[in-house]
Amino acid sequence: MNKNKNVVYVALSSLCIAAFLESCSNMPLLDPKGPIGDSERFVIIAAFLLMLIVVIPVFVMVFWFPRRYRASNPNATYRPKWSYSTKIDLAMWLVPLIIVTALGILSWRATHRLDPYKPLESAIEPMHIEVISLDWKWLFIYPDQDIAVVNQLVFPAGVPLSFRLTSDTVLTSFFIPQLGSQIYAMAGRQSRLHLLADEPGTYAGHNQQFSGRGYADMHFKAMAVSRKQFDAWVQNTRESPDKLDLDRYEELEKPDVDTPVTHFSSVKPGLFDQVIHKYQVGASEGR
Amino acid sequence: MFGKLSLAVIPVDNPIIMGAVGGTILLAIVILALITYYRKWTYLWKEWLTSLDHKRIGIMYIVLALIMLLRGFSDAILMRSQQALASGLSQGFLPPGHFDQIFSAHGTIMIVFMAMPFLAGLINIVVPQQIGARDVAFPFLNAVSLWLTAAGALLVMVSLGIGEFSKAGWSGYAPLVERQFSPSTGVDYWIWAFQIAGIGSLMTSINFLVTILRMRAPGMTLMRMPMFVWTAFFTFVLMAFAFPVLTVALGLLTLDRYLGMHFFTNALGGNIMMYVNLFWIWGHPEVYIVILPAFGVFSEVVATFSGKRLFGYRSMVYATAAIMVLSFSVWVHHFFTMGAGPDVNIFFGLTTMMIAIPTGVKIFNWLFTMFRGRIRFTTPMYWTLGFIATFAVGGMAGVLLSVPPADYVLHNSLFLVAHFHTMLIPGSLFGFFAGYTYWFPKAFGFPLNEKLGKWAFWAWLIGFDLAFVPLYVLGLMGMPRRMEHYANPAWQPYLIVAAGGVAVILIGILLQLIQLAVSIRQRHATRDLTGDPWNGRTLEWATASPPAVYNFAKTPVVHDIDAFMDMKEKGIAYRQPDRYHDIHMPKNTAKGLINGALVFVFGFAMVWYVWWLAILSALGIIFTLIVRASDDDTDYIVPADEVERIENRRFRQLTTTAADLPVGGQTTLHPSPAM
Repeated sequence: MNKNKNVVYVALSSLCIAAFLESCSNMPLLDPKGPIGDSERFVIIAAFLLMLIVVIPVFVMVFWFPRRYRASNPNATYRPKWSYSTKIDLAMWLVPLIIVTALGILSWRATHRLDPYKPLESAIEPMHIEVISLDWKWLFIYPDQDIAVVNQLVFPAGVPLSFRLTSDTVLTSFFIPQLGSQIYAMAGRQSRLHLLADEPGTYAGHNQQFSGRGYADMHFKAMAVSRKQFDAWVQNTRESPDKLDLDRYEELEKPDVDTPVTHFSSVKPGLFDQVIHKYQVGASEGR
Repeated sequence: MFGKLSLAVIPVDNPIIMGAVGGTILLAIVILALITYYRKWTYLWKEWLTSLDHKRIGIMYIVLALIMLLRGFSDAILMRSQQALASGLSQGFLPPGHFDQIFSAHGTIMIVFMAMPFLAGLINIVVPQQIGARDVAFPFLNAVSLWLTAAGALLVMVSLGIGEFSKAGWSGYAPLVERQFSPSTGVDYWIWAFQIAGIGSLMTSINFLVTILRMRAPGMTLMRMPMFVWTAFFTFVLMAFAFPVLTVALGLLTLDRYLGMHFFTNALGGNIMMYVNLFWIWGHPEVYIVILPAFGVFSEVVATFSGKRLFGYRSMVYATAAIMVLSFSVWVHHFFTMGAGPDVNIFFGLTTMMIAIPTGVKIFNWLFTMFRGRIRFTTPMYWTLGFIATFAVGGMAGVLLSVPPADYVLHNSLFLVAHFHTMLIPGSLFGFFAGYTYWFPKAFGFPLNEKLGKWAFWAWLIGFDLAFVPLYVLGLMGMPRRMEHYANPAWQPYLIVAAGGVAVILIGILLQLIQLAVSIRQRHATRDLTGDPWNGRTLEWATASPPAVYNFAKTPVVHDIDAFMDMKEKGIAYRQPDRYHDIHMPKNTAKGLINGALVFVFGFAMVWYVWWLAILSALGIIFTLIVRASDDDTDYIVPADEVERIENRRFRQLTTTAADLPVGGQTTLHPSPAM
C-alpha cells in the first residue's frame, strides 16, 4: 500500500517536472531574444538560486521538526522552557543578512546596467522610434524615416532601438516580453526605453497596464527583420496613401478596439512632442 | 430629485448579475424570515446589534468578513472560469466590461471588507483578554468603527444591483478613475465604500493603540505582552500612519470627480503618478496591516501546540518592529517601471529586500519554537505549517520582484498576481483561519470540529497550489494580469488548471461551512467548561469560555511572558478571590448602528448625486454623535454579588471538570522541565 503510494507520488512529481521543462521553451521570459532580456533572465535565475540557500533549509525544517517533535514520539527531547540560543538567534539574522547583501550588490549593478533610459553600447547607430499609446492601440512613429504605423512594430535585428514613449490616454505599459524591460507610457511625459533584438523573428508585444475596455486587445506584433527587409518595408510604407497629419491623428485618437495595422507614408513633424505638450499647460516638465 | 438614480440603472438585461442579485436578496429574506420565525429580533437587537462588548463586536466583524469572503470568492470563481474559457476567438461568458468590475470588486472586497474586518474581529475578541482588560479604551468608538466597515461593505453589495461597480481595478489608478475615462458611478461606489471603511479602520487603530498602551494588567510590561498583542500593536501603528494618506488620496480624487478639480488628471497640472505614489504609501503598509496580525496568530498557535515558550521573543518583537518601519519605505517597488532613475529604483529595491531579513527571522523563530517541543497537530497547527511552507516560496517570488530589472519583466504579470496571493492567502487568510479555529471555543464555549477543519485545510492548500502555481508559469510566459480574453492559446491549459484549483478551494470553503454547522449541532457534547481547551499560555485562556461580559472578575497580575502558563505552573491559575467588587461596564447603545446606517445613506446619496439626501444624512450623523456625546448615562455597574454568582457558577464547572483540565489546576505542569 505504502509502496504503491510512493510510486504514485514519484510518477506525479516527474509528470509535473516534465510538464514544467516542456513549458520552459514556451516561456518568453526564459527564452529571451535580446541582450536586455538575457541579462534580466540571468538576474532572475541568480536571485532565485541565491534565495534557495535560505528557502531549502526552511523547507527541510518545516517538515522535519514537526515530524521529529510530534507529541506521539517518545524519543524526542522536550524542553518547554528552552526559548533562546544566542547562536541560533545570530545565525537567523546573519544568514538572511548576508544573502540580502549579496543580492543587493547584484541588484545594484544590474539596476544601473539595465536602466531602461541608458543607451545600449553598440557600434551601430541606434534607430529612433516614438511610441504613443492611444485607446486602445499603439502608434509607432519613425522620425528618421518619416513614417508611422499602428499596431505593428518593424525594425532591423541587431540594431539598438531607442524608444521615446508617451500616452495620449491613461497610463499604459509598453512591453515586448522576449526583448526585456517594459516601461510606462504617461500622458504629458516622455519615458525612454532601449532594446535590441539579436535575431530576426516575430515577437508578441502588448500593454501590460490595465487601461479600460479595450485593454485585452491592445497588443501588437514586434517584427525583427534583416536590414534589407526593413528597408524594403520602409519603402513600401512610404507608398501608403495614408498620411498622418493632425486631422488624421484626431481621427486615430478616438477610442476603438481591434484597430487594424495601418501604415502612414508621412508624419506631421514634431507630432510626438506636440502630444506631450498639450498636457503641459501650466505644469513643469519631468525627467 | 433622485440625482442620477432611475430605474434604468438596474442591470435587468444582465442575467448573471440579476441572478446574483436575486440570490442575495433571497438569502437575505430567508435569514430575516428565520429570525422572525424564531423570534430572535429582540435578542439580536439587545445582545448583538447594540452591543459595545468587544467580544460581540469582534464576532460581528468576523461574520461580516466571512460573508464578504463568500462574495469575493464568487468573484474569483467568475474570473477564473472566464479566463479558462476566453482563449482565442472566444470572448468567454461574461458580458463586456463585467470582468473589469469583477476583478475590481474582488480586490477591494478581499482587502478592505474581508481581511480588514477579519483581523479587526480577531483582535477585538482576543487582545483585551490577552492584556487582562475588561474592554477597549473607547467602546462606543469601537461600535462606530464596526458599523462604518459594515456600511462600506453594504455599499459594495448594493453596487451589484443598483448601477455598477468600478471597472478601474481595486487600486483605482489615475487617470483611469477620473471622470473623463470613467464617467459612470462605479468609481464613486468604490471611492465611498473604501473611504468609509478606511475611516472606520483609522478609528479602530486609535482605539486599540490606547487600549494596548494604557489598559494592560499590572505587571504586563511591554516586553511581557503576548506576541499577538505586539503584532496587533504594530498593525495599529501602521494603520494610524497609513490610513490618513489613503483618506487624503481618495479625498483629492473625490474633488477631481465631483468638483472638476485637477489633482490626478492628465492635463491642467494634474499628476497621475502622485496618485500612484499616495495610493502605495498607504498600500504597502496595508499589506503588513493584514499580514502582521496573522503572524501574531501563528506565534500564539505554534507556542501553544508545541507546548513550549515562543523561541526568541525579543528577536521576534524587534523583527516585527523592523518590518513595521521598513514597510513605509518600499512603496515605489509597485511601479519600478515608471522610469525613475536607477538610484531611486535600487533604493526602494534594497529596502524591499531588507524586509526579507526580519521576515526570515520570524520564520526561523516559529521553526525553532517547534524544535524540542511536543507538537500536537490540531487544525490551527495545520494552517500554520501550511503557511510556513507556502510562504517561503511566495517570499522568494517577492524578493525576486524587489530586484528592479527582474520587475521590469515581471511587473503586472500573472507572476505578480501569483506572488501577492501567495503572500496574502497563506500569510494572512491561513492565519485568520488558524485564529478562527484557535479562539472559536473561547468566543462561543465549544470548539470547531477538528476532522472537518483538517479536511478543509487540505482542500484549501491543494486548491491554492493548483490555482496559483500555474499563474507563476503564466507570468513567465508573459501573460499580463486582468485580461478579459486573450489570443495566445498556449496560456489556456494553465488557466484551466487554475480554475480547477478554485474548484478545490470551493470544496474547502464548503467544508468550512459544514464544519460550522456540525460543530454547532454537536455543541452540547463538546462544550468547553474549562475556558482553556488547548492548554494555552496567555491570559485569554484564564477567562471562561465564553467569557463573562467583564472578562476578568479580578484583574490578573502578570509575572511572565506566558502569563497564564506561569500561573498554572505556580498553581494559582484557578484560585477564587475572597471577595468580589462592583464592575463598571459600558451600556449598550444603538447609536453606533444608527450612525453606520446614516453613513451608508450618505455614501449612497453621494454616489448618485442625491444632494438633499446627502445633506440630510450628514446632518443626521452629526446629530447622532452630538446626542451620544451629551449622554452622561453611558455605563452601568455589575454589582459585586452578581459577579460572585457568575464566578461561583464558573468555579463549580471547573471543579466538576478538574480532571479534564489540561494542566491540573494546582499541580505543576511537567515532570521534567529541562534546563
